[in-house]
Amino acid sequence: MYLFRYKLPGMSSLILWGLLWEFLGQIEVSFFLPPLSAIFNTLLEIYNSKAFVRALYETGYSFLAGIFFAVFIGIPTGILMGKNRFLDELLLPWVNVFMSAPLTALVPVLMVLFGFGLKSIIITTTLFAIWIIILNSRAGVMQINRSLVDMANSFGASPIDAFIKIYFWAALPEILGGVRIGFIRAVKGVIIAQLLISIVGFGALFELYSSRFLMTHFWAVILVLFALAFTLSELLGMLARKVDYYASKRGQ
Amino acid sequence: MLTRSFFLKILSGALIFGAWEYAGRTGVNYALPTFLESMKALFDMTMSGLIFEAYADTLRPLAVGVFISSFIGIGIGVWVGLSEKFDWLVSPIFIIMQAAPLAALIPLLIMAYGIGLTSKVFVVCIMAMPVIVLNTSVAVKNTPSSVKEMARSFLGTEKDVILKIIIPAASPVIFAGLRLGVSAGFIGAILAELKITPTGVGDIISYSRMTADYPSMYAAIFSIILLAVLFLNLLEKIENFFFKGNNQGYIS
Amino acid sequence: MSDQTTANAVSVKNIYKNYGETEALRDLSLDFPKGQLTSLLGPSGCGKTTLLKIIAGLLPATQGEVFVNGSLVTKPGPDRAFVFQDFALMPWASVLRNVAFGLELRGVNKNEREDIAAKYIKDVGLVGFENSFPHELSGGMRQRVGLARALSVDSPVLLMDEPFSAVDEQTRRKFQEDLLNLVKNENKTFIFVTHSIEEAVYVSDQIAILLPRPSRVSEIIKPKGFRNKDVDSIRKDSEYLDTVESIWKSLRTYVE
Repeated sequence: MYLFRYKLPGMSSLILWGLLWEFLGQIEVSFFLPPLSAIFNTLLEIYNSKAFVRALYETGYSFLAGIFFAVFIGIPTGILMGKNRFLDELLLPWVNVFMSAPLTALVPVLMVLFGFGLKSIIITTTLFAIWIIILNSRAGVMQINRSLVDMANSFGASPIDAFIKIYFWAALPEILGGVRIGFIRAVKGVIIAQLLISIVGFGALFELYSSRFLMTHFWAVILVLFALAFTLSELLGMLARKVDYYASKRGQ
Repeated sequence: MLTRSFFLKILSGALIFGAWEYAGRTGVNYALPTFLESMKALFDMTMSGLIFEAYADTLRPLAVGVFISSFIGIGIGVWVGLSEKFDWLVSPIFIIMQAAPLAALIPLLIMAYGIGLTSKVFVVCIMAMPVIVLNTSVAVKNTPSSVKEMARSFLGTEKDVILKIIIPAASPVIFAGLRLGVSAGFIGAILAELKITPTGVGDIISYSRMTADYPSMYAAIFSIILLAVLFLNLLEKIENFFFKGNNQGYIS
Repeated sequence: MSDQTTANAVSVKNIYKNYGETEALRDLSLDFPKGQLTSLLGPSGCGKTTLLKIIAGLLPATQGEVFVNGSLVTKPGPDRAFVFQDFALMPWASVLRNVAFGLELRGVNKNEREDIAAKYIKDVGLVGFENSFPHELSGGMRQRVGLARALSVDSPVLLMDEPFSAVDEQTRRKFQEDLLNLVKNENKTFIFVTHSIEEAVYVSDQIAILLPRPSRVSEIIKPKGFRNKDVDSIRKDSEYLDTVESIWKSLRTYVE
């Protein structure tokens, strides 16, 4: 959109919303909406406090561990499913079930089976992310242009060569797309797990702040989480765009 | 209809449930009842009518929330798709909401709106609306210009173009957005119940967990997942039925 | 300058069209005689579709005027109908509704417009497909729907933007033959954009050769001798072949 003939950058309306927030906070329209400036002040106070750093560490650790498993179990599974029809027919219904199931409902099960600690959080994170990674890896393998396969064979490529030089790259855009969505789901998973388990990480902080009605603290943590999630998503987007230029649209 | 794929689905179901049964019996974890025990608990709950009461409680905020999200979400989405100014103003909010772990806001909503239908409906709405708005706006923006031009060349007014071309052309993607919205809404509804007042199915899960009545807990979770999966598959079938012409992509 | 109001259905005068810095059309003037088919022929990027859309009122000219039957036009109107290169059908509507769409937008009531549409569906050879959907039809059939739609509104001027380029070769040849018969039987003015030399020489009463950026008319050719031969003999006629050759020679330098 243009203002006085200058093209405004993409997310710049957030500045307006930020100003509105500050204004509403200042006139105290609601106890639950403190001014943005107060939130920033609190953030500066707490960002190096023990509780906050520990929460960040626990969250980051669980997130990375969860993603690690999701990627290193999910991608091979998806690839195998894409190549082997029997395996595919056996597993695909379950993958679809868990894709559409409200995985939140599984968290109590995990709490009961694996306790109230980081283990459950890591498993939840993995579960949130893995299904889309499997589906996209599978799709990436299945959409490899038949001509590329024929071409590889016609030039006498060995299976290893064919995989490393052709199939991997051909499937990559789709796989990366799945990983990107998987990352975002993992963020939701790691937070939801902490909310329900609520004695570790940010879940514990939320409990603490809400029981004491520390609004600025609460919002400070939320803004940090949102900013992290958004940055992560954008970084992955940039990475995906680097391979996007040769990705064919699915179905064409 | 003993097709190969049907047979394999049964087989994979039998494998998973069989594994569950086995794991339960070997007592690998005290909190893991067998498949059959859980099914019996489910059966008991169904017979006593407990499960229907519970679902009535759970589905109410879900239905209300999805309904509101759909109306407002599609309305905003269409406006964003048509107006560059409104797009600049409003899109960043929804883009952030899409990537961020909105579940983190739940404690805030509880603080602000207490524990009742209102906050649960709110939870469903914040989970469902971003994806509906974004899908709708993308669909509207991507209406092929050729068909819009055609309408103008045959003297269609702007209203004609919006009602007769853009909305029908965008319908498949809008409907897909609604389906994703319902899926996110389910997560919201369950999260709300596990976290806010225990009512409905969330209550069954929480209570049976606390009283170590594991078969009932697993039964309730199984029933939610089953319900969600069946419902979303139904939506997909409806989508394919009504829009099968459009699944071919735009005609050119 | 020939008499504007009776001999020419469409006249464009001193048309300029700029896209930012790029000059797509420069000082282009052209007349389109009534009741005849005039082609706009030229290599890609020579602005022929741009000119056609300006005549249709779908794009505004930066400068210059367009007259249709003596009146100045700037927007789409009931006096012109457009046939699109990619058919521009509504995939969610049946063939009948698609053909009747132009009438629907003009407020003609349902029964009347469906009757008119049915007639033209028959004329283009799609009887029996009234209730089919675009995705069930072949490319050639879809374009016939687009043509029937344009004919249904009964405009005196028909604008066709490379209408046969998206169908296969055999269907294309058939369409060209059908178009010749259409021009003979309907009392309309046709303006036809193409990049195929054979096609232009085959169907046209008059060919305007356009050269690329900035677009201008380099010459106007009026093939004579073979115009009244039957559709099969034209492609073998020596004047036809010579005309095609000479046009190719002059356009060739712009492709290399």
